[in-house]
Amino acid sequence: MTQIFAYIPHCAGVYEDIAMEFPQAAKKIDEGASLTAVVTGSGADLDKVADSLTGLYSEVIKIDNEALAYPNSEVIRKALCNVLDPQAIILLPHNTLGMDLAPGLSIKMDSAYAADAVDFEGIEGSSLKIVRQELGGAVSTHVTCDISGGAVITVRAGSFAPVEASQGGSVVDKSGEAGDLSSKRRFLEIVEAEVGDVDITKSDVLVSVGRGIEEEENIEIAQELAEAMGAVVSCSRPIVDAKWLEKSRQVGTSGLTVKPKVYMAMGISGSFQHMGGVKGNPYIVAVNKNAKAPIFQVADVGIVADILEFMPELTDAIKG
Amino acid sequence: MEILVCVKRVPDTAENEFELNSAGNDLDRDDLVYSVNEWDNYAVEEAIQIVDNVGGSVTVVTVGDDESEEVLRREMAMGADNGVLLSDEAFEGSDGKGIATILKAEVEKGSYDLILTGAQADEGAAQIGGMLAAMLDVPFASLVNKIEVGGDSVIKVGREIEGGNQEMNEIELPCVLSIQTGINEPRYVGIRGIRKVAKVEIPLKNAADLGIDTAAVGEAGAKVKRVDYFVPDLGEGAEMLEGSTEEIIAQLIERIKSKGGLA
Ligand SMILES: Cc1cc2nc3c(=O)[nH]c(=O)nc-3n(C[C@H](O)[C@H](O)[C@H](O)COP(=O)(O)OP(=O)(O)OC[C@H]3O[C@@H](n4cnc5c(N)ncnc54)[C@H](O)[C@@H]3O)c2cc1C
Ligand SMILES: Nc1ncnc2c1ncn2[C@@H]1O[C@H](COP(=O)(O)O)[C@@H](O)[C@H]1O
Repeated sequence: MTQIFAYIPHCAGVYEDIAMEFPQAAKKIDEGASLTAVVTGSGADLDKVADSLTGLYSEVIKIDNEALAYPNSEVIRKALCNVLDPQAIILLPHNTLGMDLAPGLSIKMDSAYAADAVDFEGIEGSSLKIVRQELGGAVSTHVTCDISGGAVITVRAGSFAPVEASQGGSVVDKSGEAGDLSSKRRFLEIVEAEVGDVDITKSDVLVSVGRGIEEEENIEIAQELAEAMGAVVSCSRPIVDAKWLEKSRQVGTSGLTVKPKVYMAMGISGSFQHMGGVKGNPYIVAVNKNAKAPIFQVADVGIVADILEFMPELTDAIKG
Repeated sequence: MEILVCVKRVPDTAENEFELNSAGNDLDRDDLVYSVNEWDNYAVEEAIQIVDNVGGSVTVVTVGDDESEEVLRREMAMGADNGVLLSDEAFEGSDGKGIATILKAEVEKGSYDLILTGAQADEGAAQIGGMLAAMLDVPFASLVNKIEVGGDSVIKVGREIEGGNQEMNEIELPCVLSIQTGINEPRYVGIRGIRKVAKVEIPLKNAADLGIDTAAVGEAGAKVKRVDYFVPDLGEGAEMLEGSTEEIIAQLIERIKSKGGLA
């Protein structure tokens, strides 16, 4: 029987949403697999999250240690290597913790590694078929992963249907098996992102610009459209990296989560890290000069055009 | 500080419209424009800035074919001191572990204090840095958006975590860091800069030079293999507006109004 472990990140005693998605992912790997959740941490917060996970998983392994209080991936890796069967499949989220922890874990476990799975198509012999994306979502691929010696796989959040909490599982305490948890990397502190002058999370309409805006001067074109619409300008990450707009305007997993009524994606390709910040099912308008841009798969309405020409015309039409 | 930066030649997502070939199992690669992976430019810039401050040298390395030499030259035009091309037919079809194994062999030929990779490349895997660190048994931090070099044995690094918050860590040298975009502003490389390094000798090393067992890398050693490319059927997709610009704009305004986006 396939043994699957799902590593569950949590914060302040609450598990991340992906905890509800791993059970469906595990089913798509192997309907009959045995699935166990794994949580690491320390004290009351850990107990709380372990307990709540028994609603989703029949077995929850907890590893409690002072050294695991902050999720330092080097420390977590050591604990997991000592506690988990390296022949198993270990699922983690493809987020900032998963990217930090999972590749090295696969080396230490001597397992295969597959990143950012968006779907699974079952096991044939010892080969698991995985669906993933490349080139910022422009193309999808099937990959096969030889799981005969175990596998570490990161899963993209939001790719699998969440399950409802129901069953009453049990918590197994494996803290005693964690072993040596010393680390050459030590957590110091969290520096919070700066708050900007405008709050893009409060606006019903966002005119969001991506790399398609091409030049810093062109931001003004978006600002004029936003003004005409009574909207606010937000952006994708490259615009912030280039310092054309402040970080507080960035939408996405490493920026802000917005829930507008209308989201105007102007020259944005539609990467999952960007779209991960667009929530609440807004009406998405995409304007992109590339008819094959992935944004058109998630938008409600699409226009193939050069935003530098299209936006001024739209502004004029709205102004009347 | 001796710094090694791993770089990769990738199809440029800004310059290409990706299409499948006629068989429908691979990209149509005939007219693809390639460049250096976006994240790697930030890594090279960071390395150059560190060396400008504390001394040392920057070496750029890639696992690839002959054409990958151009990205090494580009990064050397930015200011990297040395380039190394790791190339062998036996490397073809490597999975992440294979690439990391090849890079590890080169790392062990030198004595580096710091090894930088990009946070991710064209396949969106974000795997090489973490694998390489674990193979070398040195510490690792991913998504680094700040490096403060102080003492000889420990540096401070900031990691970008969800929501744009920054996690500060202390990490012992030698270590591997994967670099996130935005950590700096990579310098511009002009034709002149490229010309200056056009004749610099770039050593090429194959499996034998590196002492690599060819069964452990390439297609032979890969546990993870790409089977095909495809365009997913994601339901309907967007309603595409067509017609003259005027017609499109009229239809769009009507729709935005009905969704409460315009008074
Ligand atoms: C850990 C991590 C976290 C990340 N977090 C975020 C995040 O929070 N937010 C975020 O946005 N990204 C994030 N990213 C980056 C993300 O992966 C993409 O690189 C980024 O979203 C791409 O931005 P873009 O769509 O503006 O640029 P591109 O992908 O370059 O797309 C530009 C688009 O504009 C189109 N275009 C070009 N010129 C024109 C024109 N004149 N008219 C019309 N269309 C035009 C092109 O066809 C293309 O589709 C993150 C990445 C990582 C690794
Ligand atoms: N073929 C390669 N040669 C050298 N470095 C690579 C190669 N592939 C990936 N890398 C490095 O690993 C980083 C992350 O890539 P990946 O793990 O493939 O997403 C890249 O930004 C490079 O620094």
